Amino acid sequence: MSEPRFPYSCGRHADPVAGAPALITESLEVAYPGARRSALRGVGVRILSGSCTALVGPNGSGKSTLLKAVAGLLRVSSGVIRVHGNPVGACHHRVAYLPQRGEIDWSFPISVERLVLTGRYVHLGWMRWPGRRDREISAAAIDRLGLASLADRQIGKLSGGQQQRALLARALAQEADLLLLDEPFNAVDESTQDTIYEAMSDLREQAKTFLVATHDLSRLNGAFDSVVRLHSGKVVPQDAVATSCTIRQKERSWTG
Amino acid sequence: MDWLIGPYRYAFMQHALLAAVLVGVTCALLGVHVVQRRMAFIGDALAHTTLPGLVIAHLCGWSLSFGGLGAALVAALLIGWASRRQAVKEDTAIGVVFTGMFALGVTLMSRTRSYRDLTHMLFGNVLGVTTADLGFIAVVAIVVLLMLALFHKELELTAFDSTHAEVIGLRADRMRFLLLGLLALAVVTGIQTVGVILTSSLLITPAATAALLSDRMPRRMLLGAALAAACSGTGLTLSYLASTSSGATIVLACTAAFVVTFATCSAWRHLRPTAEEPVTNSEDLGTLSAEEVSRCN
Repeated sequence: MSEPRFPYSCGRHADPVAGAPALITESLEVAYPGARRSALRGVGVRILSGSCTALVGPNGSGKSTLLKAVAGLLRVSSGVIRVHGNPVGACHHRVAYLPQRGEIDWSFPISVERLVLTGRYVHLGWMRWPGRRDREISAAAIDRLGLASLADRQIGKLSGGQQQRALLARALAQEADLLLLDEPFNAVDESTQDTIYEAMSDLREQAKTFLVATHDLSRLNGAFDSVVRLHSGKVVPQDAVATSCTIRQKERSWTG
Repeated sequence: MDWLIGPYRYAFMQHALLAAVLVGVTCALLGVHVVQRRMAFIGDALAHTTLPGLVIAHLCGWSLSFGGLGAALVAALLIGWASRRQAVKEDTAIGVVFTGMFALGVTLMSRTRSYRDLTHMLFGNVLGVTTADLGFIAVVAIVVLLMLALFHKELELTAFDSTHAEVIGLRADRMRFLLLGLLALAVVTGIQTVGVILTSSLLITPAATAALLSDRMPRRMLLGAALAAACSGTGLTLSYLASTSSGATIVLACTAAFVVTFATCSAWRHLRPTAEEPVTNSEDLGTLSAEEVSRCN
């Protein structure tokens, strides 16, 4: 992969450290400005390359905060984050973050194709324009998520599920190794859920790593290797995925 | 045809036409970004904040363009800084800065004896552009065009998805500062043609008209620029023929174009109600089967 001539951040694109897990956090503390209590309190997670981890917990438990901190969107008060052995920011192109749909201005005059193409920008940097290879990679990602017939449509004229797929297509176009998905299954139709799960299981075979904040607990067992539960900004200790039945029951009592 | 070409036998009208078209196109191109980012209020505010700069430059005998530019840049920085810190809501900060600066300008104006020159500041005087003014306008047009072309993809991305921009290390506030700086430049040239009070119309009206006609950024920019050029030429010619204020007539031409486009689009939508309905579910797509997914690999 070619490096951008003028990257957006000053940091160079660091190579992954051999043998390092996809993501490690240690005693991670994140506080929002003005908040009395930290949103994350001593969070430690260890996520292996090629795994698929569900991040669960009630609203306000810190799921989004953890994803945003790893994506470099929030300032960390203390603790460590390592992505493939590197600090946050040393490898922007390796981390893709799928925001909740509300964070994007869907009225913007841009086509689905162009939206997916923005996934290539991290590889281009300043003063470089998408070339044929970038277009091919984007087209393949659009195709894979079943959006080929809508590629020319303005992004606001998609359904919620299609918008979610377009965002995942962009993450694929970015060719990131660690994908952080914030509530991708929220308020989307079943066919979109299936498509997203299929794309996830596909990509795991290419050693891509997923960390997915989700409320959809019905498939925790089948689709994920492990589950990290957060509660009030702390990780709830858990050996492995227990029987799905008990997980579901517990979750229901949490989320109400 | 003589009535159309006649006015342009005079050198001052040729200069005025060149200035009006260049300013109109520059403002329209920037305006497409401004309208899409809902920054229309900032454009208006920047135009008003130039007044004290213009008056001080006038009193000291400096170049009016640079006086206005200095004031606009100071205001742009203040607004950008205030919106970063969130200590005060952005539109509140703009309201405070812009009315304060405008009042300062009016107060300074009332201390001078010559009101004639100052009326030109408020309502523009495109017929009086000098060769130096024209040079300044051309330089601004080139700088704005160049920046918009070089940073198009970054301006687009930070406008609709600042989160992704930040994740890949592209700071959204930097692009905002760039846009505010370009806005300050464009506004100062707008003051030359249509004046402090009407400059925001050059930013907003052609861009808003283009937005009715296209849902793609580059096409909107082209349409907006073409509309602005046409309206500037038409307005200037009409103002000569009808002996009306040139700046106000140019603005009225832009407004007329918007009204006609809006009415036509509404009528069109009324006639063809189901042309572009948003998709509410994905039935038209079907689900990807496992075989299809594996074929993609």
